[in-house]
Amino acid sequence: MNIIVCVKRVPDTETRIRVGDDGTSIDPSGVKYVLSPYDEFAVEAALRVREARGEGEVTVVTLGDDASQETLRSALAMGADKALLLQGEATADGLATARALAAEIETADPSLVLLGVKAADDDQQQVGPMLATLLGRPCATAVSGFELSDASVTCHSEVEGGTQVLELPLPAVLTITKGEYEPRYASLKGIMAAKRKPLETKEAQTAPSRLRVRTMELPPERSAGRIVGEGPDAVPELVRLLREEANVL
Amino acid sequence: MKILALAEQRNGQLRGVAREVVSAAAGVAAEIGGEVDALLVGGEGIGEVGGELGGFGAARVRVVAHEALADYHPDGYVGVLHAVAQEGYDAVFLPATSQGKDLAPRLAALLDVPLAQDITDVQVVDGALELIRPVYAGKAFTRLSVDASPVLATLRPNVFQPESREAAGEVEAVDVPVDPESWPTRLVSFEGTAADIPDVAEASVVVSGGRGLKDPENWNLLEELREALGDSAGLGASRAVVDAGWRPHGEQVGQTGKTVAPKLYFAIGISGAIQHLAGMRTAGTIVAVNRDADAPIFKVADYGIVGDLFDVVPRLTEEVRTLKSQG
Ligand SMILES: Cc1cc2nc3c(=O)[nH]c(=O)nc-3n(C[C@H](O)[C@H](O)[C@H](O)COP(=O)(O)OP(=O)(O)OC[C@H]3O[C@@H](n4cnc5c(N)ncnc54)[C@H](O)[C@@H]3O)c2cc1C
Ligand SMILES: Nc1ncnc2c1ncn2[C@@H]1O[C@H](COP(=O)(O)O)[C@@H](O)[C@H]1O
Repeated sequence: MNIIVCVKRVPDTETRIRVGDDGTSIDPSGVKYVLSPYDEFAVEAALRVREARGEGEVTVVTLGDDASQETLRSALAMGADKALLLQGEATADGLATARALAAEIETADPSLVLLGVKAADDDQQQVGPMLATLLGRPCATAVSGFELSDASVTCHSEVEGGTQVLELPLPAVLTITKGEYEPRYASLKGIMAAKRKPLETKEAQTAPSRLRVRTMELPPERSAGRIVGEGPDAVPELVRLLREEANVL
Repeated sequence: MKILALAEQRNGQLRGVAREVVSAAAGVAAEIGGEVDALLVGGEGIGEVGGELGGFGAARVRVVAHEALADYHPDGYVGVLHAVAQEGYDAVFLPATSQGKDLAPRLAALLDVPLAQDITDVQVVDGALELIRPVYAGKAFTRLSVDASPVLATLRPNVFQPESREAAGEVEAVDVPVDPESWPTRLVSFEGTAADIPDVAEASVVVSGGRGLKDPENWNLLEELREALGDSAGLGASRAVVDAGWRPHGEQVGQTGKTVAPKLYFAIGISGAIQHLAGMRTAGTIVAVNRDADAPIFKVADYGIVGDLFDVVPRLTEEVRTLKSQG
């Protein structure tokens, strides 16, 4: 069974965001970039399928600039077999990204396409179901676990108030949330092996973004509040403030 | 401007967020001129719960009722929405719930328009809509304009306050073909979490616990506080306790969990790591209980108590109970 995992290079979640000089994007200086955390879960899920079945190939794909090669190598170091860099700009317009990915995935025709439920930069939470729709394949989102049979996949999808169990015919597209997919660390051997694994590069077919970022701003600093007091004796005053000052009780 | 607002229902009841989405759309229509249609999709008889939407500014409540649509079905719902959205709407708003966020990207692909998920504000600038949305899990906000029609967006729950605004609210059935045979996805089952409490992303009050609780058994303290706060309160958790298996991932608040915006957020025994703050910093009022006066959570909290949560929380529960019993 061949699996494609779509991955994205994003700022490390520790990053303190500063707005760049253009006023519409972040200042990348000093920012450490990583494989997006949810995409790590997706890579982990794909590797487990390959290991359980003892066959198949896991390909990681990204749309991004040349620096994204590093991100692909991280996924290869975890254990993916090969990588493809679609050179182009990933914008806030997830549909443009989904189209570029679809053009590639259509011809590869994998049984399963896995994505993260959301990318830890734009948080658009959209590329997966868009890609599925463009490919005409069924899709389950926020999947915390799945079981494969020959012709279908049964997915546990996290929704408000519980888990929805869905069965989709293969080939299918799933967006993965953490669930049972605690990602493995790349071993030293894995990191060495990743250097020799195939990483193909080609020009992406991207349309211009139709979501225009006018401005990017930091949220208003929350002014540090006040320490009401120490220990349980401070509780009555806290409750009074919540009721009379904040009006929330 | 004609706006279509999806009024989400679950188990045949309107969700609170349905009022928020309809009301937000009506606010925009009032400013720019135009009308709002609410769309209600559900099982037989679902139209009956739509009547109240007129009170939030819906000119019409368009109803698609079919037994196969009683529960959310991605293939079924997207078909309905695609058919209706093509009837000349300039904007389509959905709630940024699990359902809305699953549905909207599919709709975007079918309509060939971009999508802004999880917006926290809509503004009218020179007669066009601009959408504000958090990025980097709330560490920054972008203002977007859309070069396509309809403008498609999902609205974050709890952010848009429902306002009463009288409109006709005429309930009408829409005739859309519904063919369950053609839907590839099969709904197998729904495994509800034991307690019927609001999801952390929807709750208007959230009680969140972290590693300071020491043991999953101690969650009864938070559960009691949550109960005292009322039915609209939900439970949240830091990643540390989710990773430890103390709480389900569905409760995790933060950059790799849910981003929440309740009117009141309690951070109990949570240090306030940057990834946690990202998920809850847009809450209305933040209360922190931590025994470490230097914990970073106090930098964002409106009110803090420095102390042992095992002493503070039971007292807090008691005081809240007393207050609520006085009405
Ligand atoms: C890629 C990545 C993504 C992440 N995503 C998230 C995320 O989405 N959400 C998230 O929450 N974290 C996330 N984290 C983890 C984050 O960095 C912190 O490790 C985590 O939030 C800490 O959880 P905590 O506050 O419960 O635990 P701790 O940091 O251990 O804090 C426990 C707190 O409890 C207090 N305490 C202890 N005992 C008591 C007592 N008796 N009474 C009162 N107070 C007490 C302590 O003073 C301390 O401040 C992420 C990390 C990474 C690397
Ligand atoms: N530029 C990209 N290249 C490859 N995959 C992407 C890209 N952007 C998003 N994705 C995939 O889509 C998922 C959801 O991203 P988003 O819809 O942007 O939140 C990510 O977790 C990735 O799996």
